[in-house]
Amino acid sequence: MNKKSLSKQIYDARWCYVFVLPCLILTGMFVIYPIGMSWYFSLLDWSGFTKEAKFIGLQNYYEAVNDQFFWDAFIRSFIFMFGTVPVKIVLGFIIAVFLNNQVLKLAPFFRTVIFMPVVTAIAIIGIVMTFVFSPFNGPANKFLMSTNLTSAPIDFLGNPDTVLPTVMGVYVWKWLGITMMYWLAALQTVPQDVYDAAKIDGAEGYRLWIHIILPIVLPFAIVIILVEAVGALNVFPLIETMTAGGPFFSSEVMEIYIFRTAFVTDSGTMPRLGYACAAGVFWGVAVLFITVLQGLWMRRTRRI
Amino acid sequence: MSRYLNFIAEKNQVKYLIITIAFIIFSFFWIYPLLWVLSASFKTDFEIWGGLGLIPDRLVWENFERAWFGANMGRYFFNTLIITVVSVIIVVVTTGMFGYVIGRYSFPGKKILIGILIGTIFIPQGYTIIPVFDLLNNLNISKNLIGLTLATAGHTPVIYILLFAGYFSRVPVELEEAAKMDGAGFVRTFISIMLPLTKPVVATVSILQVLHAWNDFLLPVVITLGNPDIRTLSVGVYAFKGEYFVDWSGMAAASVITILPIIILFLFMQKYFVEGVQGAVKG
Repeated sequence: MNKKSLSKQIYDARWCYVFVLPCLILTGMFVIYPIGMSWYFSLLDWSGFTKEAKFIGLQNYYEAVNDQFFWDAFIRSFIFMFGTVPVKIVLGFIIAVFLNNQVLKLAPFFRTVIFMPVVTAIAIIGIVMTFVFSPFNGPANKFLMSTNLTSAPIDFLGNPDTVLPTVMGVYVWKWLGITMMYWLAALQTVPQDVYDAAKIDGAEGYRLWIHIILPIVLPFAIVIILVEAVGALNVFPLIETMTAGGPFFSSEVMEIYIFRTAFVTDSGTMPRLGYACAAGVFWGVAVLFITVLQGLWMRRTRRI
Repeated sequence: MSRYLNFIAEKNQVKYLIITIAFIIFSFFWIYPLLWVLSASFKTDFEIWGGLGLIPDRLVWENFERAWFGANMGRYFFNTLIITVVSVIIVVVTTGMFGYVIGRYSFPGKKILIGILIGTIFIPQGYTIIPVFDLLNNLNISKNLIGLTLATAGHTPVIYILLFAGYFSRVPVELEEAAKMDGAGFVRTFISIMLPLTKPVVATVSILQVLHAWNDFLLPVVITLGNPDIRTLSVGVYAFKGEYFVDWSGMAAASVITILPIIILFLFMQKYFVEGVQGAVKG
């Protein structure tokens, strides 16, 4: 077959273009255009609520990198990521290994229960958890005191030292079901004869896991880590509803910082959309950088 | 076919029993916060803080009345319902069409399109929220449900397109050729031959979008900042907490109104939830 000219190819595929159009328009409006605009906004001195906007170049960026709160939030986001992702990966794997047993009759039931928090609205989880961890007769403190694990109630969310670990714990609880499902999918790809052969060879216990099964599920592990890492940087709803970044900014991650500088006026400060965009762009580039780095690492590992 | 490593041997009854009991205890603690809020929604304020027990003395239905009418949760419920249903329709139609041509045809510019989509995977919602807010303001649709619905449908996860594309690419070519022989055009082939075949993907994508639209928080909280009338349930409960801080039982009832529909949907359509979630790593 001889090659058709480009215009003929395009004409033949005219319906293809019609079909991609609706989705492309929506993505253009709500993803691509906003990305471009946030770069532009970040160069403005603009409150967002008036028409007055002044072009000030990179001044917003300059201010952001000199703001201690910005860096605290920046680092806290990564503390959150490094504190939750490994726990989810390991715990999710252990649970998946148990629930992948055909013999365990109640496995489907346990799977449903563990997945339940995943489908629950995140904002509601945040609000309910402020009750659960309340120092005034909250169920968590009641349980700890009735079992004599503590003698006085712990102010989980009111103490700057305990607030971040508590929120991280709730985050793991909320999303562990997804990690478990990822691992279950990964374990399902291990061929049955690998298990059988391993059994005949007498490989058992941890040796079976380390030498035979782990290498097979490793490519999955890398994808799971990537997805989980990006997820752990998007925690706005949970933290906003649980602590709103407090007390004394001690649980303020990047997204809360951006939201606070953009909209919230409780503290008496003016909303500054331009500045918030600069912080957002800086943050977005940092996340993208990490994603690309992980992606490269993923490709290299997969090739081996 | 499912594959299992049954390292808990059937004959080892003791080990089996220990693992089962351990999981039952674990499950109870795991689910306790959700059971606690469900039980609190039927209790009086006094009783909520009284003890750890889950069975209310008597069912206080007034909590739901206060939440539904007093705190306006009824209105927010229908707002959320409309946003969810309409955004599901938009998302299924647009990503279905996109996935169809990506999965079955090659045409100039296809690679660029896929590249653009992949590039948007890891864009956090927080990164685009301010311009989206500004865009809706400029289009004059920020004060009604249209803007919120469109924006909810607009942040389409690429995974939907990939699910559709993967499924469509596996449909045998003969079906299409037979349709062509009958004189069916591009659009008719898609609607009458292809679309009915993809019911499982439509179900999976719909479920995922329901989950996303119903539970979304950042977008609605920003868009409804100045318009309490178009709040969604999640935003409504959050505002409830600010306005009626002492009405614990009312807030518990409002929370239950928000989470129960999705939990029920999940219990009945678990298969599609699982497929959707696992699609992210299988692809």
